[in-house]
Amino acid sequence: MAFSLTPELEKLVDDLLTRYPTKRAGCIPLLHLCQRQVGWISSEVIDFVAKRLDMSTSEVKGVVTFYTMFHQRQVAPNVIWVCRTLACEIRGGRLLQKHLEKRLGCKVGETSKDGQFTLLSAECLAACGQGPAIQINDQYYENLTVEKLDKILDEYAVENPKAATVTK
Amino acid sequence: MADFPKLLTSRYELNESWLLSTVEKHGAYEVARKALTTMKPEEIAAEVKEANIRGRGGAGFPAGVKWGFIPKGNTKPVYLAVNGDEGEPGTFKDRTIMERDPHRLIEGCVITLFAIGGHIAYIYVRCELVKAIRRLEDAIEEARQKGFIGDRPFGKDHKIEIYVQPGAGAYICGEESSLLNSLEGNRGEPRLRPPFPAVEGAFRCPTIVNNVETISSISEIVRMGGKAWSDLSRLPRDGGVRIYGVSGHVKNPGIYEAPVGISMRELVYDLGGGMLYENRPLKAVIPGGSSTPVLRADDVVNAPGENDPLHAWQGKSHLDVPMGADTYRALGTMLGTCCATVMDNSVNMVEVARNLIHFYAHESCGQCTPCREGSAWMRDILDNLCRGKGRKEDVRLLVEIANNIMGNTICAFGDGMSMPMLGLVQKFYDEFLEAAKNGVPGSPLGDSAKELMLGSGA
Repeated sequence: MAFSLTPELEKLVDDLLTRYPTKRAGCIPLLHLCQRQVGWISSEVIDFVAKRLDMSTSEVKGVVTFYTMFHQRQVAPNVIWVCRTLACEIRGGRLLQKHLEKRLGCKVGETSKDGQFTLLSAECLAACGQGPAIQINDQYYENLTVEKLDKILDEYAVENPKAATVTK
Repeated sequence: MADFPKLLTSRYELNESWLLSTVEKHGAYEVARKALTTMKPEEIAAEVKEANIRGRGGAGFPAGVKWGFIPKGNTKPVYLAVNGDEGEPGTFKDRTIMERDPHRLIEGCVITLFAIGGHIAYIYVRCELVKAIRRLEDAIEEARQKGFIGDRPFGKDHKIEIYVQPGAGAYICGEESSLLNSLEGNRGEPRLRPPFPAVEGAFRCPTIVNNVETISSISEIVRMGGKAWSDLSRLPRDGGVRIYGVSGHVKNPGIYEAPVGISMRELVYDLGGGMLYENRPLKAVIPGGSSTPVLRADDVVNAPGENDPLHAWQGKSHLDVPMGADTYRALGTMLGTCCATVMDNSVNMVEVARNLIHFYAHESCGQCTPCREGSAWMRDILDNLCRGKGRKEDVRLLVEIANNIMGNTICAFGDGMSMPMLGLVQKFYDEFLEAAKNGVPGSPLGDSAKELMLGSGA
């Protein structure tokens, strides 16, 4: 089915395109808007963006595949990025990742069985002084220990009753 | 603890420091008003040149000189691209400016645009920094409402617009020509130079690309004058104050403002509060982001020649050499972003190399063969070494691959990955040979990591 943006988001696009001398420069912000609406970049989204910006679908696909933050397959409603880079890892980041894998019952790169969380590995989140750090959707969580992480996930489960996996 | 005056971070601790109503009471936009209503663009540029401020993004190029590269008699639009794609492992300073004092950056953009004859600034921010992006966008809107940006900022007939441009998760987009490709809606692959961005940058027009911290320093430079700013530094030709970061095994990780030219010892032991565990002394420190070669705590300066730039520190620890672009180059490393990653003696340096090479192999844009293939080969070799499946020849092979990447790629990424690998092998050669023999047993990246995560009973 063809993809289209909601009228509210479509209005943002019009404003967005006034910012640049070329239409194409809107490509990355527009892909973000589409992903905000449907959670990932499907081939329908690529067709839509290409048509909207007078680009070829292969050009848009080239952009999508270059950048880590564009999901090229469907992900869960909640995405957890766990930082694996040096400053976090020397403060225990890898153990944090192992704990997340255990608690969610899935490996990095996979989605929990209840379909609520996708666990992904992040390269440096620019939170080195507050490591180890993770990002859940838009929110950073810093200075973590296993204990603090458990608390965060417990609270998350209360606020998001669908997130059954993390309720233990 | 050393107490340095705060210029760039002076408003960080204010309640709701990101709001215009808060920072206006503390001097925000005073300098922009003065600059746009009483100064000529070339007067501002002259102050910035005299300030000797070297780019805070890592390469350390003098910002005032860069501004001067816009061709004389140019008739095309001039753009300002502010680099907020902070992603160099170990670096976390620009984020604090954008989140805690976004108006300082916006004021810097206004003054800079006026000085370089530009009308549009794009602040390119990595999209993971959602809070920074929201605060910047709100701050831009506040400034627009007040008439500080728009068609006639401060009544001056010089239109100024500032936009936040999100990245999409690519370390390489912090490289200036790659940032411009990304801004134009392309894959973020670096460009061949020349032409340099100041001649042909965004949308084939002259573009000044400066780091967030550099632009955020502009208002203080103009306020006090270039000479006074330059004199804040302890070093010549490398002026001002800057925001240092310290992470890893110190008591107080975080960011600290201090003059250019403090020593690593001051950063780690005074500002950072010293080592986290008394029984685990400092082993090594990566001085300014992962691309800057490691310093060994027990290395001393060997510069007997009187003309050697490091002669003044002959026989002293590397930790006591002032942190400056020139002094650190002489030490065989780079100043980078001045955000240090501190490692105690529980850390195995082969594991450090393995961790970092995974980063580089993931982030290589793939355009140049030596970088794309070399990063993956080095990753596989280091994985084998850590798993105990390495061979003695592997250590030599690492060096050979790194040497074949250096200087053979379009951008500095290849060098930025090879130099730290060479530095680690050279300075911790025995550990690499040991890993080739027996692998790296024990917990990855050391007992301190384990204790921090699971408590000392672990």
